[in-house]
Parts: sequence; structure tokens; C-alpha cells
Amino acid sequence: MTRTTAISVSTKRPLGVALLLGLLLALFLGIFPSGPAHAAECTPDASTGCVQGVIKTSSGDPAVGIKLTIKGGGEDQTVETDSEGRWVFAVTKAGDYTVSVEKSSLPDGQFFKSAESREVQVQLNNQASALFPLTDDESAAQGGSSATGGESAGESTKSANSFSWPRFWQQFVSGLRMGLLISLASLGLSLIFGTTGLSNFAQGEMVTLGGLLAALFMGITGNLWVAGLLAVVVSAGFGWAQDKVLWKPLRKKRLSLMQLMIVSIGLSITMQYLFQFFWGSGVIRIDKSTPATWTFFGVTLTVQSYIAMGISLLAIIAVGLGLMYTRFGRATRAISDNPALAQASGIDVDRVINIVWIIGGGLAGLAGVFLGLVFNGLNWFTGGQLLLMFFAAVTLGGLGTAFGAFVGSMLIGMMVELTNIWLPGDLKYATALLLLILILLVRPQGIFGRKERIG
Amino acid sequence: MDFWFELLQSILQVAIAPTTAAFVLAAIGLNIHFGFTGLMNMGQAGFMLVGAYGFGVSVSYFGLGFWAAIGVSIAAAVVFAIILGIPTLKLRGDYLAIVTIAAAEVLRMVVKLAVLQDITGGPSGIPGQKYRPVFTELSPLPEGKTTILGLTYANTGVDDWWTRIVAWGLVALFLLITWLLIRSPWGRVLKGIREDEDAVRSLGKSSYAYKLQALILGGIMGAFGGIVMALPAAMQPDSMGRPMTFNLWMIVLLGGAATIFGPLLGSILFFVVRLVLTSLAGEFIPSSLLNTQQTEQLAWVLIGLSLILLVVFRPQGILGNKKELSFNV
Amino acid sequence: MSDAVTLTNTPIEGYPYDREALRAELGTLDQVPGVPKRDPILTVDRIERRFGGMTAVNVTHLEVPRGAITALIGPNGAGKTTFFNLITGFDQPSNAQKMIGGGDAKWSFNGKDLRRTGASQAARAGMVRTFQLTKALSRMTVLENMLIGANNQPGENLFVGLIPPLWKARERENILRAKELLARFKLDAKIDDMAGDLSGGQKKLLEMARALMSNPAMIMLDEPMAGVNPALTQSLLDHIQALRDEGTTVLFVEHDMHMVRHISDWVVVMAQGEIIAEGLPHTVMTSEAVVDAYLGAHHDKDLGDDDTINTGFMRAIATEIADEIEETR
Repeated sequence: MTRTTAISVSTKRPLGVALLLGLLLALFLGIFPSGPAHAAECTPDASTGCVQGVIKTSSGDPAVGIKLTIKGGGEDQTVETDSEGRWVFAVTKAGDYTVSVEKSSLPDGQFFKSAESREVQVQLNNQASALFPLTDDESAAQGGSSATGGESAGESTKSANSFSWPRFWQQFVSGLRMGLLISLASLGLSLIFGTTGLSNFAQGEMVTLGGLLAALFMGITGNLWVAGLLAVVVSAGFGWAQDKVLWKPLRKKRLSLMQLMIVSIGLSITMQYLFQFFWGSGVIRIDKSTPATWTFFGVTLTVQSYIAMGISLLAIIAVGLGLMYTRFGRATRAISDNPALAQASGIDVDRVINIVWIIGGGLAGLAGVFLGLVFNGLNWFTGGQLLLMFFAAVTLGGLGTAFGAFVGSMLIGMMVELTNIWLPGDLKYATALLLLILILLVRPQGIFGRKERIG
Repeated sequence: MDFWFELLQSILQVAIAPTTAAFVLAAIGLNIHFGFTGLMNMGQAGFMLVGAYGFGVSVSYFGLGFWAAIGVSIAAAVVFAIILGIPTLKLRGDYLAIVTIAAAEVLRMVVKLAVLQDITGGPSGIPGQKYRPVFTELSPLPEGKTTILGLTYANTGVDDWWTRIVAWGLVALFLLITWLLIRSPWGRVLKGIREDEDAVRSLGKSSYAYKLQALILGGIMGAFGGIVMALPAAMQPDSMGRPMTFNLWMIVLLGGAATIFGPLLGSILFFVVRLVLTSLAGEFIPSSLLNTQQTEQLAWVLIGLSLILLVVFRPQGILGNKKELSFNV
Repeated sequence: MSDAVTLTNTPIEGYPYDREALRAELGTLDQVPGVPKRDPILTVDRIERRFGGMTAVNVTHLEVPRGAITALIGPNGAGKTTFFNLITGFDQPSNAQKMIGGGDAKWSFNGKDLRRTGASQAARAGMVRTFQLTKALSRMTVLENMLIGANNQPGENLFVGLIPPLWKARERENILRAKELLARFKLDAKIDDMAGDLSGGQKKLLEMARALMSNPAMIMLDEPMAGVNPALTQSLLDHIQALRDEGTTVLFVEHDMHMVRHISDWVVVMAQGEIIAEGLPHTVMTSEAVVDAYLGAHHDKDLGDDDTINTGFMRAIATEIADEIEETR
């Protein structure tokens, strides 16, 4: 609560809140037609029955964008799985239906483990489900001919439960990739926390924004590099604008950190639903072509993944060096250490914080672009889903220390991908969050944090 | 005219719905956490989930009776509060926020696990008919339907008067408990902790113990909110996720944190305003311009913005007193 | 050292509460740091606190005489407030005893070992402190502030609090006592005001009155004069002396040398974290070590002189600011 006291006092009312909305609207309005309506919701009632399921790849990741059709009783619908691999049909008549998956829409290297179509019995005011387990082992694929029902739901992830060194190695590199992507976003989160004390719950949406903007610019320019660069620049600009019209006036108004945190939650909700409003709730792809893959030392990843990892690493090193050796970096650390002293020794605290927001926005945007490319699409909630990973990473490393945020992110990334070998894919984020809670139990200041910070 | 009459009736319907009562219950709990003690609990939905599943699983899987299941539910909430509280209540406020939100998410992910399909029903949850009978069989109401103020529901059934009576009875009970406690020396210590923890510690009160007690008490209220929410419908893990917690915050801040009736007023307003907005938009804005889904999304945008505006311009909410608002300034 | 650690649990009969007798007795002691007292109320051994590379407090031995007014003086950054925080449980010594291993820091109050106790237990043991920057519970009334100071209120238990008859009687007694104390500190006219609306000096008085609600054996005042209107100073001094005459031991940190000389019976001088002198006020304050300590501090230096602004000096300022930030939390 004392951080704000250091910064000069005035009681200007933050009209910025309204301005920010204007800005958000200006950014999005008219540019985008609303996306295809995805039937992500279906509530069974007296005249509706739902058929639903989740498709996951053999590694436990949601299989996104898979086409399914339902036939029978006069119905003939087609849907695509959303970012969580979920699909759902709403039907208005009870009876037997056939749900089938379009084979060509499966991700590369994924095969049906059992069947590509299933019979389901649907009742009104009720839900029915069908499972389509996938495998990455072609020989094990489609062992049984189109069997009906009967299979346990755990089946879809069972193939992920066996340990082998090549698989460990593959997951290890995926972990590095995840860690680097999380680092980008959590560096910004950590810098912002360090200089202003704000736990920014809208950081996830800043990530999403980067990805969505990249898709938008890709549609306009057709060049991935240009689109990515533009998305990062606009994201950085959004960071700048956010600080100018929202956070700086609120700091001047001397809102408490709790209030600021709730404001960031409000901002997060607002942005999530603006994304939905303009982009729809379905999956947005930045690069619609089928990504090429490279195999390096037994690890198969898309080319874009390798490039993303390389650029992320460069960006992180650049920020790290900047923090250590430039004037701005020293000022940032001085403010994190002791804002009052920094202010007293002539550092323009507001300017430094503004730059921190620009960098934080840019890094988050970059993370969004890469997430969209690496996981072959993103939606309005991609960043929101990862938000807790960012928090976990920053807390793990020690709140407010940039290096700690990097190490924490790498650990979280590894944790997420490696536990996937033994545990069901549904739990991959849960383990990272459990780790966070455990860390707080034994070493609340994180790995590199100083004890005094947490008092 | 029909439209207005129907709107009025659906407002009444929403205002007394068990779901509204469920939100009030959870919000009363959150108000004890945040309003009176200053705890940043960002996982109230987790407490609701613990309560609902504690009850639902006890009945549907273990075959316990109503009262035993309620006991399990309360015990689960207490354990959850203790697990969350012990590591975080000695640390600065935002640690509690991060841990509670993380724990609530972990819980939701675990409940959704396909492996637990037989117990928790996995992603689709537990259908109401599996646990509702133990509750409906306690109903003293006669068979049949009753109409009050133009609203007709079965006396006892799926979406019935019995659920409404119990739900709002619980609201009244919890409001009474809050009122008694906040006027007691116990409540005074809580407020003292919210004002300045160190001062209270220097006067010989263990702020840690008080914060834990507050966390447990509010958590139990959240658990009851979860049960009441699940009773007339089904138990669905995703309905008790982060958005639920944020809604509860909105409700508490809207009504006025640190007031007795704030959560009640906040909940009713929250539902009624949303209903009125979407109905009006549905009636007067052509669907080619704004379809139902988009109206719903805009309603959410509005919720987010109101949250920002409320916190910035009227942190004491509608009923609150500026002199006694619960943010540490 | 062994005889110094010996403690008497019961006060010695006819301890000289008469000021002159007490001073006379203290006058017979050696005027050296760590000198054993006949009946120490607080005994401290080897307590150490480091911040980063800097040692803020390093006290090898100190005994505080019962029934006397002891002043703790020293230049800014000498570690007085940190020392206060350590013995009252608001901070942990760097050489604290841990669950396994750890250091040998050790201090006891009134015969009670305080090594492992938190701030609230220290206060319950009878050692109540005030803060350099007042910690009035701003958004509670003056009376509520006072009542929270009492530590005999059963209603502070959650379950007892629910049933007013169980705590109302004690509440009435406490209100009477609060009114008495407030009248004594001339705050009775403000009884229903919000504590946040009081002036700085009134807050200091309120904090002192609040600390007295529990009849502490020792009251520890951190710069009681800082920020107090000079008109109030004399009455504050009278209050402190009256406390001593009633048998309360007083330990206070102060900068105002006049005040120290005027009311204290015994003076302890700290510099750079260590106790450098101890003795009767007039002897100690003219001793060479003390004068050097004060002159050596940045206080009396010309800040324009480049030589004085060295790293050590900057660090000292940094800790002071850190201390203040710590205080305002």
C-alpha cells in the first residue's frame, strides 16, 4: 500500500476508464465481422437434447478444429471442436444419431484409436456423449471396427500414460517451448508487479490480444512476419495506452493495490467478452496453412515452434541484458527496490513505469502470437487460461524479480509438459498450480525472492 | 403492454429464484472474507464447488442421507479453508488471492477428470435426480402446485417452492448470523484486522487465528451456496469456475462490502439488471443487429466495466458508508 | 553471564516505586552496557538482525529494570525500532531459534521465554507496544479502538460472540474502563468519533490509552513525542510518569533529549545496532561514547559535504525509509 505513496499526489479523476473503452472499441470496431457462431453451449431442456464430447490428441492436448457431423432424425449438422477440444450438438428430437469425425481434419500424426463414427441414443432434457480417442501410433490405430459405446472415458488419455525415453525427450523439448512462451508473458507481469505492486489479472488478455491481432494482420497483409511484428507493436502500444489512460490516473488517485487488482479483473472480463464479440468464441488461426515439421534429435516440432523458441529466447535475453546494463534497467530495479528512494534520487518513476508497461505489453503480445502459431490457433480465452501459469511462474521465481520469473516460467513449462507423461492430460495445468501452492507453503518468497517483500 | 407485464413477472421470478439465493449465500460468505476481514478470496467458487460436490457425491456415490451429506459438505469446506489459509494468511493479501484462485481451478480440473467419471460425473457433472430425492423427501408441503403473485411452481419437485423456501430461509439465517457476529467483539476484532493487522496483534489478538476463522465461516456459507445452486438443477463443474467468483465480487462490491444487506441487494440487482437489459435488447434491437449471443456478450462487457467503475468511483457500493469501506487506502 | 540470566518470577517485596529510591538504587549499578539489574522485567541475550549485508541490531545483553522508565536513545538508523520489533515479535532475529537448528537468540519477559512467540502472544504476556507512526484503527470509533485493547472479552471467541448475554456484562465493564482512560487522556469528548478523524497527537494518546486497556506490565512507546503538538507534550509526559508511579514499567524510544533527561530513570544508548552505553540520564548523556555516536551520525553533518555521502550513509537512509515503509504497512 505504500508503493503508491511515493508517487506524487493529485486527485484527478480517472476519466481514462471511459477513454480506455473508447480505445478498445476504436481498435476493434468495424475491423472484424463477428466470427462463426460456434455451438459451444447446449443446455438440455424439455425440447433439447445435447450430444457432446471432448477430443484430445495422444499427448493430452485438446484437438482443435476437428470437424464432426451428426446425422439421423432429420438432423444433419457439422461443428468444429473449440480450443479445449470440446464439441457439442443440440438436437430437438429424441432418437438414435450417428456422430462421425472427418478424418482429414485430424492433426498430423494422429489416428483414430478405435472408431471414427459412433451411434448415440439421445433423449430430450438429457445429455449423451461419444468418445473418439486418438493415438500417435499408426499400428495401434483402429484396432476394432466401429465399436459402439462401452469404452471408458479414460481411454482417450491412456496412451499418454506410458513412459519411454524418446517420449520423455519430446516432452522435455515441449516443456522448454512452453516455458519460453510463459516467460515472455510472465516477464511483463513480473516487471509490472515489481514497479507498481499490481497483480495484473488482465495479463492473459494482453497475450490473447497479441494472437488475435496477428491473425487480423495476417488476413490483411498475408505475410506472417509482418503480421507478427505489427501485432507486437500494437500490443506494446496497448500497454502504453493502458498505463496512460487507466493505471497512471488510478495511481495518482491513490487507489489501494486491492482496488487496482479488482480493476484489472474488470478489465480482463471486459476484454474477454469484447474478443468474443468481435472474433466469436471459436478458434482463430493465424497461419491457416498446414505447418511443416522438423525432426531434430528425435524431437518433432513444427518449424514455427523452433523459430518461436529462438525468438523468445532472444527477446528474453535482450530484456535481461537491458535490465542489467542500461540506465532504464537500473532505474527499474531501483523502483522495485524502493520507490521512495528512487523518486528521491531523481528517477522519473512514472516514465519508467510507462516504459515497463510498453515492454510488458509487447512481450505479452509476442507470447500471444507464438501461442497462436505453436498450438495452431487460439481463442478469446487462450491467455485467460494461461494466466494462472504466469502467476505461478512469477510467484515461484519470487514476486518482482525478473530473473526469478524466467526460471519460474521454465520450471512451470517443464512441469506442465512432463507430468503429462504420467498423468492424464486434463491435469497438466493442475499440477503446476499445486506446485505453486506447495512452494508458498515452504518458501513463500519464491526461489529468488527476498523475504522482506512478503511481510 | 404484454411485454412489460411479462418482464415484470420474469423479474419477480428471477428475484426469488433459488439460483439468486445461492449467489446471495456465497456472497454473504465472500463479504465476511473481504468486507469485514479484508481477505482477498478469489476462489469463492471453489468453496461452492466443494460444498456442492461434497453433498452430491455423498448422496449419489456413497448413498448417505441428507443430513450426513450436509455434514460432509461443511467438513469439506472447513478442510479446504484450512489448506488454503495456513500457507497464505501470514503473507501479504495478494498471495491469498493467487492461491485461492489457483486452488479453485485445480479443484475444478480434478472434479472434471475423466478418471473420476463414476464418482463426480466428469465434465458433465452429476445430474440432479441422483441427489435431489434426499432433499425433496424432507418437504412437509402437500402435493400439488401453488400460485403466488402469478408465479406457479410445484410444491415439491424439481424447480419448486420447497427449494425456494429452504434457500431463502438459509439466506435469512446467514444474514442473522452475520448481523450478530459483526456486532459482537469477535466482529470488532475482524474489523480491526482489516484496518491494521499489526495494531491488533500488538494488542494481543492472534490475527492469524481470526483470519482463519473468518475464512472458514465464509467458506461454509459458500459451500451452502453451492448446494443450493445444485439442488434445483444439475451439478456442473464449469458453472463454478472463475467467472462465478468474479460475479460474486461484483455482487459484493455493488451491494456494498462490509454491509449486512449488501450481498442480498447486490445479487438481486445483478440478476434483475442483466435480465432487463437482455430482454429490452431482445425486444427492441433487431436480431440482425445484435443476436442473443452477442447481447449476452455485451452484458458481460458491461459487467466488467461496471466492476472497474464501481471500484474506482464508488468503492463503498450502494449501501456502504464511505467512512467504513473495506479497501485499505 | 549466568547470573544475569537468572530470573525472579515474583516482584520483590517493597520494590522502590518511589522515584528517588529507585534512582538511587539504579545509581549504585555500574554504568556499563549489559549491567545486571536486581529485578529485570525484560532480559535480552544475543539478539541479532541483519538486512542483506547490513547488521541492523546486534545486542549481546540487556536488562530492563522493573518499575522504572527506561529510555532507549540513539542516532537515526541505530536500530532502535528494529530492536523494538524484534522483542515484541513483529520481526524475527536473524539468529532466531528454528524448528531445527538456528541461532541462539533469546529473550524473556517477566520470566516468560519469548523466543518462539508471535506478536500477539508477546502482548498477552503483558508487553504492549505502540508504534512510531500511529496505528489507530481509522475507520472504527474511538470507543471501539479502546474496546479492542481489552484482552479479557470472552465475546472475542466466535461462538461466544454469537450469544450476546455471554459477553454483554464484560462489555459494560470494559466500556467503563475505556471511558475512565479516555477521560484521563482528555479524549472523552471524542468517544464516538472515527479514530481517523483525530489529530496526530490525539491518535498518539488514543494509542497509549488503548494499550493500557489490558493493564500491561510493561508498555513500550516508540517515539511517543513524534508529531505531537508541543502543547500536548507536557500532559503526555505527566501521563507517562503517572503510569510508572502506578507500577507499570515503561520502555520508550525517543529523540527529544529534553524529554529523556526529564522523565527517564535509566537510559540505554544504541548506535549502529549495538548498545554502547547504559546508565543514569545525566551521566550517560554526557559520556564521551554517546556524544561521539551522535556526532558520528549524519544528523549533525553538513549534507553538502561530499565526503559524508558515502555508501554507508546511503544505506542508513535506505534502512530508515525501509523501516518507515515497514511501519506504514
